[in-house]
Amino acid sequence: MTLLTATKVGHQFGGLCAVADFNLKLHYGDLMGIIGPNGAGKTTVFNLITGVYRASEGSIHFKGTELVGKKPNQIAALHIGRTFQNIRLFRDLSVLDNVRIAHHAQASYTPLEGLLHLGRYRREEQRIIDNSRLLLAIFKLEHLAGETAKNLPYGLQRRLEIARALAISPELLLLDEPAAGMNPNEIDQLMDLIQWIRQEFKLTILLIEHQMKLVMGICERIKVLDFGVTLAEGPPKMIQNHPRVLEAYLGEIPVV
Amino acid sequence: MITLLREQWDLLLEKRWLVPVLLIIGFGLAFVIPEFNLLSVYVQLILMYVGINIILAVSLNLVNGYMGEFSLAHAGFMAVGAYTAVLLTMKVLPVTDFPLLFPCAVLAGGLAAALLGMLVAIPSFKVRGDYLAIITLAFLMIVKSMIENIDFIGGPRGIPGIMKLTTLPWVFFWTVTLVWMIRNFIYSKYGRGVLSIREDEIASDLMSVNTQQVKLFAFMLSSFCAGIAGALFAHLLQFISPRIFDISKSTDILIMVYLGGIASIGGSILGATLFTVLLELLRPSTMAALLSWLPSFVFDPLNEHFISHLGVWRMVIMPLALILVMLYWPRGIMGLREFRGFIPRRDREAHHLNNPHGEDPHDITNRH
Repeated sequence: MTLLTATKVGHQFGGLCAVADFNLKLHYGDLMGIIGPNGAGKTTVFNLITGVYRASEGSIHFKGTELVGKKPNQIAALHIGRTFQNIRLFRDLSVLDNVRIAHHAQASYTPLEGLLHLGRYRREEQRIIDNSRLLLAIFKLEHLAGETAKNLPYGLQRRLEIARALAISPELLLLDEPAAGMNPNEIDQLMDLIQWIRQEFKLTILLIEHQMKLVMGICERIKVLDFGVTLAEGPPKMIQNHPRVLEAYLGEIPVV
Repeated sequence: MITLLREQWDLLLEKRWLVPVLLIIGFGLAFVIPEFNLLSVYVQLILMYVGINIILAVSLNLVNGYMGEFSLAHAGFMAVGAYTAVLLTMKVLPVTDFPLLFPCAVLAGGLAAALLGMLVAIPSFKVRGDYLAIITLAFLMIVKSMIENIDFIGGPRGIPGIMKLTTLPWVFFWTVTLVWMIRNFIYSKYGRGVLSIREDEIASDLMSVNTQQVKLFAFMLSSFCAGIAGALFAHLLQFISPRIFDISKSTDILIMVYLGGIASIGGSILGATLFTVLLELLRPSTMAALLSWLPSFVFDPLNEHFISHLGVWRMVIMPLALILVMLYWPRGIMGLREFRGFIPRRDREAHHLNNPHGEDPHDITNRH
C-alpha cells in the first residue's frame, strides 16, 4: 500500500532549478533516506511535501489526497510531521508548550469555548496535557516540562523537536538531518530511537542525513539527489557501489 | 521572614475561593463607593480611567506582546467603539428609560470595532513587523479622517453632551470580564497558537496551527476590547472628537504595555495603573494639592517655578520615563512573566508534575 506518491515534482527559485522531475513512492512502514551534497535539493523536497513551498510542477499524493496547493497547517493536520535541519523550537516557550502547540489541529473546541473555558475546552485540554506529558516521558524530558526550550542542551533540543513532531500523531515523519552535530555515541542512540519510534508509533519515515553511518545503518532504501536531479535509488548496498553516486557524491574514494 | 510570607502567599493563591471572594468584594466596593461617596468624585474618576486603561493595555498586549506584532491602530478601534456606542445611546436607544440598554450599546461598540479588526487582520496574513505597523498606522489615519468628514457625527467638532452613563460598577464589570476572556484566550489552543506565531511562524504552521485563523481571532478579540473601552471612555468623558483618538492615544497605550512588560496580563494591569496614576499626579492641581502640607516658604517657590509648569513638564517626563524604561528595564515590570494567580490551575499543574526542581516557569519570584 502506498502512503505517499510524488510524481514529476519540480520547483524553481527564480531561474534556479531546485528540484526537477522528482518521483517518490513511500509504502506504509517504509524507512527511506535521502542523501546528496549540500544544495542538492533535499530540504526543498521536504518543504514541497509539507507545503512550505508550492510545487511548480507535478503532484504529491498522500493517502489519495493531493498535497500541492494545501497550506502547511492543512498538510500537518493530515498527520505529516517533520523536524528541521537547524532546530526550530518555540524557544521562549516551555518544553511542555512546545509539544502542546503541535496538538492544535486535534483540539476540537470552538473559539467561544476557548474564551469561556467551557464545554469541550476542559476535556480536550486535559487530553492534550496528558498526551504531551506521555510524549515527554517517552523522550525522557518529562522532568523538564516547565523549562524554557532554549535552555535545553543541544541534544535534548533535537529530541524535543522529534517529540513535538510526534505530537501531531503523524503517519509520515520527515526528519531533516536528525544526527547533525551529534557524536558517534549519540548517533547510535538516535538510530535505536528512530527504529523504536517507528515500531511504537507505526510510522513511515523519510529522512535526510549526511551521516553515512546512520543512513546506511537503518534506511531500507536510499535516494540520492544532486542538483535537484535523482541520481539513484535503491537499498544501501546498491547505493554504496553505484558508479554514478560514487562519482558525483562520494567522489573517487568509497566511504563507510 | 520573606520565605515564610511567600509560602503563605502561595498557599493563599491555591485556594479555590480566593478569586470569587475577591470579585465579590471588588464588585461590592464598586457599588458602595459611589453610593456613599467613600472616595472623592475625582478619585472615583481616576479609578474608572484605570479600569478603561487596563482593558486597553491588556488587549493591546495580546497583539503587541503575545503575538509579537506592533499595532498602532488601537486608538482607531477605540474611536469606532466610542462613536458606535454614542450614536446608539444618543439617537437610537431610549437609555434614559431603560438603563440596561447601556451595556448593549457598549457591546455594539465592541462588535463594530471587532469587525474592523478583521480588516486589519487580513493584511497581517501577508505582512509582518514594521510593514504591518505602518499598515495599522494607515488604518488609524483612515478611521480618524473618515470620522472628520462625516458631518452627521459632528465631523472634526466631535459630539458634545454625551450622557454620563459609565459608572464604577460598569467599569469594574467590563474590566473583569474582558481581562478574564483575554486570559482564557491566551491559555487555550488559540493563545498558544498566538505565542507560537511570535516564536516562529513557519514552524507554527507546520505544527498544524492554523495561523491565519489564529491571527484573525486575536486581532478581533483585541479590537473588540478596544471598542468596548472606547465606548466606556466616551460615556465617561461625555465628549468625543476625532482628535482624542489620534496617534498619541495609541502611544499612551503602548507606554502602558511596554512599561508593564510584554506578554503579561499582570504586567499590563500594573502598567496601565501606574501610567494613569502617574499622569494624574503630574497635573499642577493634583501636585499642588498633594504638596499643600509643605510650609509656605517651601511650597510657594516650588509652586511658582515647578508645579505651575507641570502641564508642560509632564509631556517631557512621561516620554523620558519611557526612554529610561526601555534603556534600563527593556522587558518592563513583568516582561514575559506572569503573575501566578492568572495562570489556570490546569496549566500550572501540567508544568509542575514530576518536576524535581519544583520550579514554575511562570513564577515571577523565581526568575530574574
